[in-house]
Amino acid sequence: MQRIQHDEADRTHELDESSPFAPQTPQEVEEMLSAIGAESVEELFDVPEAVAFDGDFDIEAKSEFEVVTEIEELLGRNADRTEFLGRGHYDHYVPSVVDYLSLRSEFLTSYTQYQPETSQGFLQALFEFQSMIVELTGLPVANCSMYDAATALGEAATLSARVRDTSGSRVLVPETIRSERRSVLENYADGAELAVETYPLADGNADLDALAELIDDDVVMVYAESPTTGGAIEERLSAVATLADDHEAAFCLGSDPVALALLQEPAAVGADIVVGDASVLGLSASHGMGLGLFAVTESYLRQAPGRLVGTSETADGRRAYTLTLQTREQHIRKERATSNICTNQAWVALRTAIHIASLGASGLSALAEESVTTAAEAAARLDDVDGVSAPVDDRHHFREFVARTDRPAAEVVSELAEQGFLVHEVGEFEIQVCVTETNSGALDDLVAAVREVLA
Amino acid sequence: MNYRQATWERETESGEAVNEPLLSEKRTETVTHDDVDLPDELVRDELTLPEPAEPEVASHYTRLSQMNYSVEHGPYPLGSCTMKYNPKFTEDVAALEDGAIHPDRPDEYAQGTLAVLHGLQEYLAEIGGMDAVTLQPPAGAAGEFTGLLVARAYHRSNDEDDDRREVIVPASAHGTNFASAAMAGYDVVELPSDEDGRVPVDALEEAVGESTAALMLTNPNTLGLFERDIEEIAEIVHDAGGLLYYDGANLNALLGRARPGDMGFDIMHYNVHKTFASPHGGGGPGAGPIGVVDELTEFLPDPHVREADDGSFEFSEPPESVGKVHGFHGNWLVLLKTYAYISRLGDAGLKDTSAMAVLNANYLASQIDLDVPYGPFHHEFVASAGDVDAAEFAKGMLDEAVHPPTTKWPEIVDEALMTEPTEALSKDQLDVLADAFTAASQKTPEELAAAPTTTAAARIDQTSAARNPRLSWRDVEEAVEEVDE
Repeated sequence: MQRIQHDEADRTHELDESSPFAPQTPQEVEEMLSAIGAESVEELFDVPEAVAFDGDFDIEAKSEFEVVTEIEELLGRNADRTEFLGRGHYDHYVPSVVDYLSLRSEFLTSYTQYQPETSQGFLQALFEFQSMIVELTGLPVANCSMYDAATALGEAATLSARVRDTSGSRVLVPETIRSERRSVLENYADGAELAVETYPLADGNADLDALAELIDDDVVMVYAESPTTGGAIEERLSAVATLADDHEAAFCLGSDPVALALLQEPAAVGADIVVGDASVLGLSASHGMGLGLFAVTESYLRQAPGRLVGTSETADGRRAYTLTLQTREQHIRKERATSNICTNQAWVALRTAIHIASLGASGLSALAEESVTTAAEAAARLDDVDGVSAPVDDRHHFREFVARTDRPAAEVVSELAEQGFLVHEVGEFEIQVCVTETNSGALDDLVAAVREVLA
Repeated sequence: MNYRQATWERETESGEAVNEPLLSEKRTETVTHDDVDLPDELVRDELTLPEPAEPEVASHYTRLSQMNYSVEHGPYPLGSCTMKYNPKFTEDVAALEDGAIHPDRPDEYAQGTLAVLHGLQEYLAEIGGMDAVTLQPPAGAAGEFTGLLVARAYHRSNDEDDDRREVIVPASAHGTNFASAAMAGYDVVELPSDEDGRVPVDALEEAVGESTAALMLTNPNTLGLFERDIEEIAEIVHDAGGLLYYDGANLNALLGRARPGDMGFDIMHYNVHKTFASPHGGGGPGAGPIGVVDELTEFLPDPHVREADDGSFEFSEPPESVGKVHGFHGNWLVLLKTYAYISRLGDAGLKDTSAMAVLNANYLASQIDLDVPYGPFHHEFVASAGDVDAAEFAKGMLDEAVHPPTTKWPEIVDEALMTEPTEALSKDQLDVLADAFTAASQKTPEELAAAPTTTAAARIDQTSAARNPRLSWRDVEEAVEEVDE
């Protein structure tokens, strides 16, 4: 096999069979073998012959250029469409400074901060991420390591069951919750022997009467979202919190950092836990990759999952940062551990923090306000189209809203896609449209296309 | 070698000595929402956050980066973490605009992304010797949890096996194994290690039974030892009706040399960020795809990518799917980098990876003047700090321009220093690392207690951090106010 990249290089140990990322020269390999007292590298493998693999994977090695070219070609098969998609995952513009700073090798190729003295930079960045979430939620404890909104919700449910004084087995969620999010929640709930049930909505917000009927002392957690999956701002959070509180159930609120910059603080409406996806700032659409937002009230601190960064002092009296409260964790009390979360999304948390820092309080607030005005404007413009009424719910909206169409939604969605625009189909005659700064420039074209499709 | 991290000494306004001040201590702004078209009761009164200008953001995070150790500073031999060099081109691939699509795109408009995912499923199935792979779990630990959900669904589908409530885990296993089993609703049965550091077959025979759902095994194990009795172990577990689960944390040692599927494993997770070098900055993001044998394929999470008859790709839900373990499709950017990395290496490069990783581990073990029990080693080994506290020993190593190994674990070795050099270290670097072990072992207890001195921060009091948790800017402000009073 000819490998243009390394055949010329003398830093490869075996010219035909080498990894470009292993630096040993043939001479060094010999020296090392002789130091070990072995004849060959093969001798070092202690694998019984019966289970040894001597076949091929049939994966052909390629040059860097060939790989990049191949992947460019593959990804180029993603059709060029303007997305007006949301429902829990949003595309906001990520400032260039986020890439430049987060891609610094000192951040990118570091690991869990087991040695805090030499990891102060990342620890401080994570501490600041936690702090930003604390400011946004009003809750005093935020972690920095959950995967996404759905898994954070799953952890919230099992946490609620653990901190409750009496046992209980039910978790209540809105009927409009994304089915995928509910499925993840059910997988977490199942292991903890909890059952997930839904409560209905009335005109896009929680149906309080129905919720009051459903809730009893067996409920460990009530979950509500604001904005809802349909993009409506939930106006009854305090009432939901009170209902939960009356039955000693935790109240868990789903939101995101942009919405929280504008909406009433979760702590002020009685939230015990806030979950959501924080990577709405920091990552592009990324095919759904995320960062779980997770903040809790003080009394949940010692049962909370995930990594926490706290301050401490150095021997010479300077403020420093360290992972803390690790006594809760699986690497210390593995037999009693209740969550397997490590530092997994730390780098995304760094990106989110840099994004929030670069927007600043005023930029983040402006983005949040814009999310209300553009949703309202887009709904009004679609409502002007014959055959469309928007928004369906008589509520305030954030980024997105549901619209009713005279023609079947499946046909509308498919014809819009042919014209270059992707929107959600959410009911037989309902579509959902999400507008942020990344697609608002195409709103005129979308409205024109909807007009044509509905004509 | 002398390496000193950057330090940025300053006092905050309240007189507290700090490295780099917090953003909140530099410039903040309180904003209100007076003009927004929403009822007052829906809107927060105010929001206070930092308000730095972009140059301030850039210098803040640049300074923070300079107070952080990375793979490119020097050796980062954390056992079982596989901290190796991450090729740069994968970042460019991950930044391609065409890959940044919304997860709800219909399949027909996402053929490129689906093609990469499908290609990676095929690569991983081949490398692991498994029949099918799903890419959804967003971390290694999430892969463990998912694998156990699949095991549970499988047992539930056989009515008589529904009460298999136990998962057997060797003492040398990763802590997450225990937690993942508990999350899936299982009771954990811990298996001690044998005198030679491996799974004791006798004890395993006694531990398995009608309530055994699975045995979770890392091979080579966390001592760096290959479980030579793997065929017998598989037979014992299978005869008892249990499943054999492979923890992929150490797969780097076996690439192209042995495959979990061939060893009798039914379920495995891949730590693609370790084995296939995507950067895990600060600990993540990773991804933890799982592979399964044929009879478990129907239980895989929803969705799974498959190739349709016409050659197009589609997400499909396996018939008895356990449902979902991530809200969307997992950590796409990590998966994309993994695909690029494997494509770059090919068969020869993958095999060479395990060869050089194993060579490096054995060479380094031979150069260290400490007790290194057991052997021969695959890509990691565990040295003992002997009479010295391993955590103290590590602080001593920090001053030698290297990151120390994983400490005090696995507990099978006294004062364990679990060391994994990876294939990416040159002989030169291995010698630097060996010298660092030597230097630390020659330090007096007093010298160790005073270490480190070359890092951005001197020794940090971790106990008081836990006793009096200060977890945000608010807590710091309060603490400063208390001192002032």
